[in-house]
Amino acid sequence: MSTPTTTDTTLLHTAYVLGLGDDALVYSHRLGEWLTRAPQIEEDMALGNVGLDLLGQARSLLTHAGELEGRGRDEDALAYLRDERSFRNVQLVEQPRGDFADEMARMLWFASYQLALYVRLVDSADEVLAGVAGKAVKEVAYHRDHAAQWVVRLGDGTPESHERMAAALQRVAPYVAELTSDDEASVWAAERGIGVLPSSVEDEVHEYVASVLAQATLEEPEPARWHARDGRRGIHSEALGYLLAEMQHIHRSHPGAAW
Amino acid sequence: MYGNDFGEPLNAAETEDYTSAVQEYFDGLIADDQRIEPRDAMPEGYRSTLIRQIAQHAHSEIIGMQPEGNWITRAPSLRRKAILMAKVQDEAGHGLYLYSAAETLGVDRAELLDKLHNGRQKYSSIFNYPTLTWADVGAIGWLVDGAAIMNQVPLCRCSYGPYARAMIRVCKEESFHQRQGFEILWTLARGTDEQRAMAQDAADRWWWPALMMFGPPDSGEAATQGHTAQNMAWGIKRFSNDDLRQKFVDMTVPQADKLGLTLPDPDLRWNEERGHYDIGPIDWDEFWRVLKGDGPCNSQRVEHRRAAHEDGAWVREAAAAYAAKHAAGEVRGAVA
Repeated sequence: MSTPTTTDTTLLHTAYVLGLGDDALVYSHRLGEWLTRAPQIEEDMALGNVGLDLLGQARSLLTHAGELEGRGRDEDALAYLRDERSFRNVQLVEQPRGDFADEMARMLWFASYQLALYVRLVDSADEVLAGVAGKAVKEVAYHRDHAAQWVVRLGDGTPESHERMAAALQRVAPYVAELTSDDEASVWAAERGIGVLPSSVEDEVHEYVASVLAQATLEEPEPARWHARDGRRGIHSEALGYLLAEMQHIHRSHPGAAW
Repeated sequence: MYGNDFGEPLNAAETEDYTSAVQEYFDGLIADDQRIEPRDAMPEGYRSTLIRQIAQHAHSEIIGMQPEGNWITRAPSLRRKAILMAKVQDEAGHGLYLYSAAETLGVDRAELLDKLHNGRQKYSSIFNYPTLTWADVGAIGWLVDGAAIMNQVPLCRCSYGPYARAMIRVCKEESFHQRQGFEILWTLARGTDEQRAMAQDAADRWWWPALMMFGPPDSGEAATQGHTAQNMAWGIKRFSNDDLRQKFVDMTVPQADKLGLTLPDPDLRWNEERGHYDIGPIDWDEFWRVLKGDGPCNSQRVEHRRAAHEDGAWVREAAAAYAAKHAAGEVRGAVA
C-alpha cells in the first residue's frame, strides 16, 4: 500500500469509525421497531435494552467520527443529514424487521461479530475507540448470550419453532459474509493498530455460531448463492432508503432547529 | 369446587363464623393502617377490586407504550431517541411489576392479558388519543405522566402491600418521565415558530383528556355513587377524583406559564377565596364516549396488542416446550 496523504488518513480513519457507528445506529433503529411488538413483555424490555446499548455505542462512535473528520458535524448531523450512499453499515442490520426468529438469527450473527471485534478494539491505538470498546464488550456479550439462548430455545422447542428458526437462519445467511469482509478503511485501520481486520475474526464468529446451532439441534444453513457486499462503500439494499426517510423526516423538516 | 352441590355449609370454614373472623382480622389491619399482604385473609370484594384496579393499571402501562412507541423511529435527535426508548422500556417494566402484584392475588398474567385483548378489562382511556406530532411525546410526559403521578403517589400508601411497593418504584420513574416531557416542551417552546406552534397544539389537544384521567366527579353529591366510598374505607383510595384533579390543576397551571403555553380553557383562573384555580366544565360526554369505545384509537390499540400477542404465541410455546424438556434432568451446560 502506498503511503496515504493526511487527507486520506483522515478520510480512512473517519470511514472506519463511521462503519462501526452506522452498524450500531441502523441496528438500534430496527430493534426500536420491536418495542410494543415483542412476543412477551420481558422481550419488549430485552430488545429495547439491546437497542439502547447500540444507540449509545452509535452516539459515541458518530461523535468521534465527526471529530476526526473535523468538519463540525456532530452525532445528529451524521445520523440525520446523510443520504443512503454515505451510510457505511453492513446490509444485515438494515434489513426490514422479520419475525422473532429472524431477529434472533440476525442478533446472534451480529453480536457474535461485534463481540469478537470489540474484544480486540479494547487495545486500539485510537484511545476513544478503545474506550467505547471497553464499555461495549460487556453489552454485546449480553446481546450474544440473549440471542444464543433464544436460538437454542427455538431450535430445540416445538416443531414449528424449529422450522421457523431454520428458515430464519437461511434468510439471514446471505448477509453473514459481509460482516467479516475487509474494505479499504478496515485494512488501513488494522495496519495501524487502530482497527481490527474483519476477516481476522471470521473463524471465531463462525465457530461460536456453529456451537449454538449444534446445541439448538439446527443445521448450518446452506451457503447462499448471492451474498450482500459493499455496504461499507455505501451500496445498500432498498430497505435503507425507507429506514432513513422515516428516521430523518422530522429532523430534516426543521433545518437548524434544536430538540 | 367442593361441597357446593349440597347447598349448606359442610364445615366451619364455610360458615358465617369464618367470614366474620376474616372480616374482623382484615378490618383490624385496615383500622390500624397496616398493610394487607398476600398471605393475609381478605374479603372477596377487596381482592376482586384490587385485581381489577391493578390489572387495569398494568394494561395502561402496556397500552401506553404504543402512543409513544409510535415516535421512536422518528425521534428528531439521537439523545431524544435514547430517552424515548428508555421511557417506553420503563413502561414495559411497570407493566411487569403490576402484573406480578396482581398475581399475588391469585390470578395470572396470561388470564389478565386475555381480558385486555377481548375487551373485558379496560386501560386508561387517555391512550385512545393519537400522538400526531413530536410535541405530543412531550405533552404525554408533562401532562399524562404528571396526572398519573398525582393519582399514583397516594397509592404508595395503598393498604395492599405489593401494590403500594410497586407504586413506590413506578412513581420514581414516572417522575423522571414527567420531567423529560416538560423539557421536550420547554425546548420546543423556545425553538422556531413551527416548534412553538407544535408545542401549543399538543397542549391544546392533551389538556382536557389529561384532566379526565382523574375520572368522573366523585365529591359532594356524587360521593355516594360509584366505588369511591368503599375504596376509601378499604384504604385503596386516599383522595377523591376531584381533589386529585384540583391538585393537578394547581400544580400544572404555573408550569404552563413557565413554558409560555396557553391552556385551552377560557374559564381557567385563580380563585383567591378558594385558594385554587377554577376550571371550565369538562366534557364528560367525550369521556364516556371514548371509554365506551368511540375514541380515535381504541380498536387500533387493542388490535396492535392482540397482534403482537398472537404473533408471539409460537415463541412462548417454544420457550415452554424447551423448559419442560430440560426441566426433566436433561440440563445441558449454558451456551458459552
